[in-house]
Amino acid sequence: MTVTATNTVVSAALEALTTVRDPELDEPITALGFVASCQVSCEGRAVVRLRLPTYFCAPNFAYLMVADAYDAVTAVPGVTSAEVILEDHFASDQINAGVAAQAGFVKSFDGEAVAELGNLRAQFLRKAVMAGTDQVCRPLLGAGVTPEELRVLTLGAVPASPELDRLRERRAELGLPAGDDAPLLIDPQTGARIDAAAVPLHLRKARVTRAGIEANTSICSGMFKVRYPDGWTP
Amino acid sequence: MYEKDGEKYFIVDSHMHYWQAGPEVWVKGAEHYAKGWIECFHAYQGLGPKETHWPIEKFMSYTEDDLMKDVFEDGYVDVAVFQPTYLKEWYEGGFNTTERNAALGEKHPGKFIANTRFDPRDGDEGLKELARNVERYGSTGVKLYTAEWNNGSRGYKLSDPIAYRYLERAQELGIKNIHVHKGPTIWPLDKDAFDVSDIDHCATDFPELNFIVEHVGLPRIEDFCFMATQEPNVYAGLSVVIGGLMHARPKFFAKVMGELLFWVGEDKMTFGSDYGIWEPKWQVEGFVDWDYPSDEFSDFPRVTTATKKKILGLNAAKLYGIEVPKECQLPADEGTPAAQDDAALVDSGS
Repeated sequence: MTVTATNTVVSAALEALTTVRDPELDEPITALGFVASCQVSCEGRAVVRLRLPTYFCAPNFAYLMVADAYDAVTAVPGVTSAEVILEDHFASDQINAGVAAQAGFVKSFDGEAVAELGNLRAQFLRKAVMAGTDQVCRPLLGAGVTPEELRVLTLGAVPASPELDRLRERRAELGLPAGDDAPLLIDPQTGARIDAAAVPLHLRKARVTRAGIEANTSICSGMFKVRYPDGWTP
Repeated sequence: MYEKDGEKYFIVDSHMHYWQAGPEVWVKGAEHYAKGWIECFHAYQGLGPKETHWPIEKFMSYTEDDLMKDVFEDGYVDVAVFQPTYLKEWYEGGFNTTERNAALGEKHPGKFIANTRFDPRDGDEGLKELARNVERYGSTGVKLYTAEWNNGSRGYKLSDPIAYRYLERAQELGIKNIHVHKGPTIWPLDKDAFDVSDIDHCATDFPELNFIVEHVGLPRIEDFCFMATQEPNVYAGLSVVIGGLMHARPKFFAKVMGELLFWVGEDKMTFGSDYGIWEPKWQVEGFVDWDYPSDEFSDFPRVTTATKKKILGLNAAKLYGIEVPKECQLPADEGTPAAQDDAALVDSGS
């Protein structure tokens, strides 16, 4: 990653970019190596360059990352204007121009999209909640906690961990119960508590969802490393 | 055939290609797409063992001799199934057409099965072309790439009425196997292009057809697994899973295999090398040697020699009616479809 103008604004902009996630992989774009450079001029003009594992990464997710990066950097005190440039992508021109103009996805892809990307984002947040459920439950199951005990457990009763914090954050983002009294096991669509009979299947689904996201992350990070051998941030 | 420790494995490579992608065939004005596509494929090869990597020049234009050596001579494959991908908007004459595959296949009788393809956006002319290809090449399978760009459209769903019309016609023509490959674009672009729910609809409405979901729905393995559990005619094509994960990320490969064996079952998983992305040799050798790496995987279905024989060839041989030498067949009582029963138990408990 190239960083110029060693001032606090650049650090703050980079910090802001850590809040931007790849919606499919549920990881910060900074950790994935997607931020190629972040520069801020003396006048406060920020320029962020992003790059992705392939030329053909899905344009809707790419758009979300560019738009989220724009919003995150624009909100940094000291940044007066921001430009986010997605490089080496088949839809770079449309995405970059659309985000710069704050046009939204539908206008950026005129005639090719019928809705903004809120539903898509929520769909993948629900997957992140399922995967996060496995991250929290797997060690508990390993320690001998039964599925029935998991069913009646509340978030406040689960031992503190980064995985638990992350699960709570994702649930809160979706407007799902995330407080201490909320059940650990809920339907990520409705927020309803899971019935006793449905717990084994729920846990299976949580596990395979996590496996899916982890496999995608493996392949994407592997592809990224091949494409940008010097650019990988582990 | 591959032989190890006295066991004989009949190998069907159910997903492989013979493409042309050099600069001389890049369509004028679309060079960046043609270049981007083949470079993306080439990066996938980077996930395999280093000694099997090719320079991009060879990767764009490997020859008949390369293919015959890599797949059959060195790669243990008994029968290979060509899966065409046209991409005519980017490559003059197409990236990997039925004609190009079949021309090679005709020189090597018994080695290849020439699948064809269709694009439901091609209207009546496309239906005629499908009929001609089936008649000329004896195709019993098709490969569908739903993210193909066609005349301003970025893709389609298999549940679209235009696709049903094609599936009906394909069935009339004697097509049995529908290989589906999802990609990054669809109409409209705000939807998840990799979503597999359209295949769920088709599998229910066309119970006589088999739907082989290539690269097991990656990057939507979980959605694929839920669907495949419920649809008896949905199969998991392992192209990309073995090639992209077994060497590069063995731990995640084990997790994915465990999940597939649980949800889909060993009777409905088929090996595909995805050649020329990856050579079959290391994939076959590695998979025969493979087992879960640790006790962490003890609650997944076991992997036996019979499991591997089915996945590497016997399952695909059944789908395509390929005769398997007696020495490579399983005894009638060997191999249990445990995963289906397990999944059914989970379902009934929900």
